[in-house]
Amino acid sequence: MRVRVEQTPLPGIGVRHDLVTSSGRTVGVVSHRNGRRDLVLYDVDDPDSSLASIPLTDDEAEALADVLGASLMLGQLAGLRQQAAGLLTEQIALPAGSPFVGRKLGDTRTRSRTGASIVAVLRDREVIASPGPAFKFEANDVVVAVGTRKGLDGVTAILAGDDDG
Amino acid sequence: MQHHTTILLIEIGALLFGLGMLGRLGRRFGLSPIPLYLLAGLAFGHGGVIPLSASEEFIGIGAQIGVILLLVMLGLEYSADELVDNLRSAAPAGLIDMLLNALPGAAFAFLLGWGWEAALVLAGITWVSSSGVIAKVLSDLGRVGNRETPVILSVLVIEDLAMAFYLPIATAVLAGSGLIPGLSTLGVAVVTVIAVLVVAIRYGGEISRFMSVKDPEALLLSVLGLTLFIAGVAGELKVSEAVGAFLVGIALSGPVAHHATQILSPLRDLFAAVFFVFFGLSTDPADVPPVLLPALGLAVLTMLTKVITGYLAARRVGIALPGRLRAGLALMPRGEFSVVIAGLAVAYGVDPRLAPLATAYVLITVVTGPMLARLPDYRWFKELVRRRMAAQQRATKPLPTPE
Repeated sequence: MRVRVEQTPLPGIGVRHDLVTSSGRTVGVVSHRNGRRDLVLYDVDDPDSSLASIPLTDDEAEALADVLGASLMLGQLAGLRQQAAGLLTEQIALPAGSPFVGRKLGDTRTRSRTGASIVAVLRDREVIASPGPAFKFEANDVVVAVGTRKGLDGVTAILAGDDDG
Repeated sequence: MQHHTTILLIEIGALLFGLGMLGRLGRRFGLSPIPLYLLAGLAFGHGGVIPLSASEEFIGIGAQIGVILLLVMLGLEYSADELVDNLRSAAPAGLIDMLLNALPGAAFAFLLGWGWEAALVLAGITWVSSSGVIAKVLSDLGRVGNRETPVILSVLVIEDLAMAFYLPIATAVLAGSGLIPGLSTLGVAVVTVIAVLVVAIRYGGEISRFMSVKDPEALLLSVLGLTLFIAGVAGELKVSEAVGAFLVGIALSGPVAHHATQILSPLRDLFAAVFFVFFGLSTDPADVPPVLLPALGLAVLTMLTKVITGYLAARRVGIALPGRLRAGLALMPRGEFSVVIAGLAVAYGVDPRLAPLATAYVLITVVTGPMLARLPDYRWFKELVRRRMAAQQRATKPLPTPE
């Protein structure tokens, strides 16, 4: 179902976007003209009034958008697993002794060697969505990969340093 | 000459320092500085505690610049597109606002037995809410995101735009030129405002590109210069300086408007303070007590009509009862514009009781308005509203009977 985001101009202040969730709550974002952003939560009993208005800096807004976007992507991937037979999503922990700790994702060449893609990395309860080839692994990273059974086994082997390709 | 100048420096310096301290004190109690500046002006002026003699002329010119800066900043806040869009969508709310708030002011003047010039002025004073004070209240109470806030803002925008037509008429009528020349001035004003809006929408980008954002000093001088120049020309054309400044603000847009707002803000704060003091100066405190009771009556009446205005305007766009009350209560404070209008009346020597009445009126509404705007946030008020809504629901929609 399409979500309807409503845009309301606030003369002299900026613009407000809001949407009503399927659970009946209203969430909005007030974008001030000076670049400030407020995340606004509305009252259940009185949907016209804001319960809380949380000012967000540029970085905070970006981080929040990232987290929401990443969790959304993981959710869609989970849906994909059920839809496309034979395509799997797996979380693979980077072993402590992996040769790729401190090295770039591009160095693993997982996609060209196994056909499976690394779509996200979980680090310190944070989700890094679609990491690029320049992304550097750290110890305790968990890699989210999509591919066939064989491809995913290949990724596990590469990250563990077990393969000699 | 030398002596005169040093006395001027001492007076102005002491005055500004005192205002700074007052403003700080006011902030501690969550009070807008406007009433404090007015009171300071009352204390200093004719018949006040400490008369300012050397600096009165200087303050007078400063006050005029203050009005111009208040208006140009107001114009900078809005873009021409916003004004036109608002006029389209919220015109009925603006009309309700005018009828409910301007008419009581005029009627009150007649009731006091004043002439119709005074009635015209008092209508303006009671009509216009203070956008500055209300914007501050909304952000202090965390209501910027509320769904009734656009309603409040559009009422304010229309009031501000209406001033572009009201001020020229008032100026013409007060100048004693009568109604017919007044109407022709109105014609000039209407044509000018529409022309500026059209030019601003079509060519706003070019006008703004003409000024560079990169050099703050050049931007300050060019924007300030342009504003004073246009305001002066508008004054010569009898369209009123304030309106000219407002239109300059509207014509500027984009990054230029954004930077100009930042650069001009401190100047506006300085000269607006001088303006409020000047208005207080021109009022003799001894004249205030006799008009205190009428001012109180007028304040109660027109604060009620503002609540009704907000209620109706919010109902139009489908806001529920609590939101309607919030909108109404927020619209109550009158401020800078009412003082600008009253200042006009003082300059042209309308009824001498008008200035003290306006002072008392603005003092009452600007102090009690923001306090009353907090009412809907109290638990007992919410409970009261909820009970009333429940009762209404029962009355309009009987519970479905089980089959």
